[in-house]
Amino acid sequence: MLRENWNDAGPGFHPVSSSDYLPAAQLRDLQLRRLKSIVGRAYAHVPLFRERMDARGLTPASIESLADLGRLPFTVKADLRDTYPFGLFASPMSEIVRLHASSGTTGKPIVVAYTAEDIQVWSSVMLRTFAAAGISRGDIVQNAFGYGLFTGGLGAHYGLEAIGATVVPVSGGNTDRQVMLLRDFRVNAICATPSYFLHLIERAAELGIDLRDLPLRAGVFGAEPWTPEMRQRIEADAGIKAFDIYGLSEIIGPGVASECSAQSGLHVFEDHFYPEIIDPETGAVLPDGEEGELVLTTLSKRAMPMIRYRTRDITRLVAEPCACGRTLRRMERVGRRSDDMMIIHGINVFPSQIEAALLAVEGALPHYRIVLRREHGLDQMHVEIEVSPEFFSDRIGAMEELRRRIAHSIHNVTGLNVAVRLAEPHSLPRSEGKAKRVWDERQDSQ
Amino acid sequence: MKISQLSTFIENRSGRLRAACEALAASGINIHTLCLADSRDFGILRLIVADPLAGKAALEAAGYVAQLTDVLAVEVADSAGGLARVLATTDEAGLDIEYMYAFSTAPGQQAVVIIRFSDPDRALAELQRRGLNVVEPVKLLQG
Repeated sequence: MLRENWNDAGPGFHPVSSSDYLPAAQLRDLQLRRLKSIVGRAYAHVPLFRERMDARGLTPASIESLADLGRLPFTVKADLRDTYPFGLFASPMSEIVRLHASSGTTGKPIVVAYTAEDIQVWSSVMLRTFAAAGISRGDIVQNAFGYGLFTGGLGAHYGLEAIGATVVPVSGGNTDRQVMLLRDFRVNAICATPSYFLHLIERAAELGIDLRDLPLRAGVFGAEPWTPEMRQRIEADAGIKAFDIYGLSEIIGPGVASECSAQSGLHVFEDHFYPEIIDPETGAVLPDGEEGELVLTTLSKRAMPMIRYRTRDITRLVAEPCACGRTLRRMERVGRRSDDMMIIHGINVFPSQIEAALLAVEGALPHYRIVLRREHGLDQMHVEIEVSPEFFSDRIGAMEELRRRIAHSIHNVTGLNVAVRLAEPHSLPRSEGKAKRVWDERQDSQ
Repeated sequence: MKISQLSTFIENRSGRLRAACEALAASGINIHTLCLADSRDFGILRLIVADPLAGKAALEAAGYVAQLTDVLAVEVADSAGGLARVLATTDEAGLDIEYMYAFSTAPGQQAVVIIRFSDPDRALAELQRRGLNVVEPVKLLQG
C-alpha cells in the first residue's frame, strides 16, 4: 500500500529517502555502529586490511568512536590492482551476485563485487539520488549511461526501477536514436554524462528538434567532471534542471552523493559512505569546510568493504543545513584531482596508461603530450607524439601504419578512441622540471 | 650504383617546408630534385641533393628528423612508352616499388626517374642484368 501512496507526498520524497533527514546524533550513532561492523568484517575476511591493521597494532576493537577511523591505514587504487582480480573480496563467490570493472592504471581493470544486499543498498542510494532530483513514479527516464561492466548504466537502472519510474535502457551512443526516443516516448528525465548530453543537444538541433519543446524537465549527470558553465548551458539549451551526482566503482558506483533541488553541493549518503577530507600531502584529517582530498569508507558494503579509500578528488564538506532540509553533509562539486587521472566519456585514464601504450609500440618513450579538447560538446583526447629517428620512414605508408599502431595500442589499454598526431622533433612544448603531460583545454572551449 | 636520398618529416603547418629548405640553403646544399608525399597531418620530403650527409646534418641541426635511404636513378627513354618499358622490366624481375618520382632534366636530355625499391640491392642487380641503365650518382649530379 505504501508503494502506491507515497507519491502523494510530492516529488522529491520517497519513504526510502527518510534516511536523508536523520537527526545528526542518530546518524552519527548509526555510522559508528556500522563502522565497527565493517572494520570487523574487513579484518576478518580481507588479508590486506588485517595485515595493515596488525602492523599498526590495531584490531577492530580499536574503533571506539568515529574519530578512531583516522587511525586506520588508507586504501589506494593500486591496492585493487595489486590484489587483482578478487583479492579484496570479503564474501565467498557463492554470495556474490555481480561483478563490475573499470579501467586501472596499467591496463588491468579494477574489479568490484556486490552481494544481493549490496545491490539493494546500491538501488536505495540511487533511488534517493533520483528522488532528490524530483524524479518519481510515472516519470519516463531515458538512461544513457553505458550498460555493461561500467557501473553507471546498471546503477542508475536499478535506482530508477526501485523508485517506480519507467526506464528506457538506451545505454550510451546512437545519438539520433536517443533524440528520437526523447521525443517519441515523451521522456521526462535523462541520465547521461554531461559532455554526451551537450552533444545530444547539438545533434537534436541539427535534426530540427528543440529539446525545450519536449516534456524533458530534469537531467542527472555524472561520471565526469563538469563546469558550472556547462550546467548553465545545459539548463538553458535543453530547458531542464541539471543535477550533479557523484560516485566511483571502488565505493559502489554512482550513488555516493547527489544534488537536491537546492543544487548547492552534493549530499553524501553518509549512512552508507563515510566521508573524510584529508590533506593529500600529509594524510591528516581536515575539519569540515576545509578543502582537501575526499576519503571514503563504505559502512555497509559486504562483498567488498573499502576502508579509507583515497578518491584523489579534491573537494570540501559542508555541514551547514541545506535549504532542502536534508541533514546529510554536502560535498562541493569536484573540480580537480590530486593525481593526474583524466576522465573521458566516463572512462578513467591515467597518463601512465598512454605511456604504457607508447612503450608497447616503440620500445622507448617518445616525447609526447596529451591534449584534452571539447569538440562539438564531446570530450576528445588527442595524443601528440614527436617522431624519433628510429621510427621515421621515408615511406608514407609506414608512418601512417605507425600512427595506426599507436592508436590501436592506446585503445587496447584504455578502451578509448584517441586522435593520434605525429609531430616534428622538439615541436611539442616542454616544461621546466616535472614534465607536464596533460593539457586540458576543455575549460577554454565550451 | 645506388644513390643516397635524403628524407625528412614535415608537419602540415605553414612555414615548415620553407624552414627545411632554408636550413639546406644556409649550408649551401643544392637540391637537384624532390618529391613531397603528404597525408592529412604531415608530409615526407624526399630530396636528391649534392651532399646527402651534409644535408642530413643541416636538417638535424635545424631540429628535423632526417634519414638517408638508397634509391636508384634509372634512365628512361624520353618518348612515348619509355617509362612503361622500364616498369615492364621491374615487373618481370618481381621488384617491389615503394614510390618513384622524376629527376629534373633539361629538355632533349635523357629522362631519369628516381625509384625507391623495397630491396635496392636486388633491384640494382636485376636492372643491370636486364640491360637498363642505372645512372651513376657522379654523372647524375654533374649538372
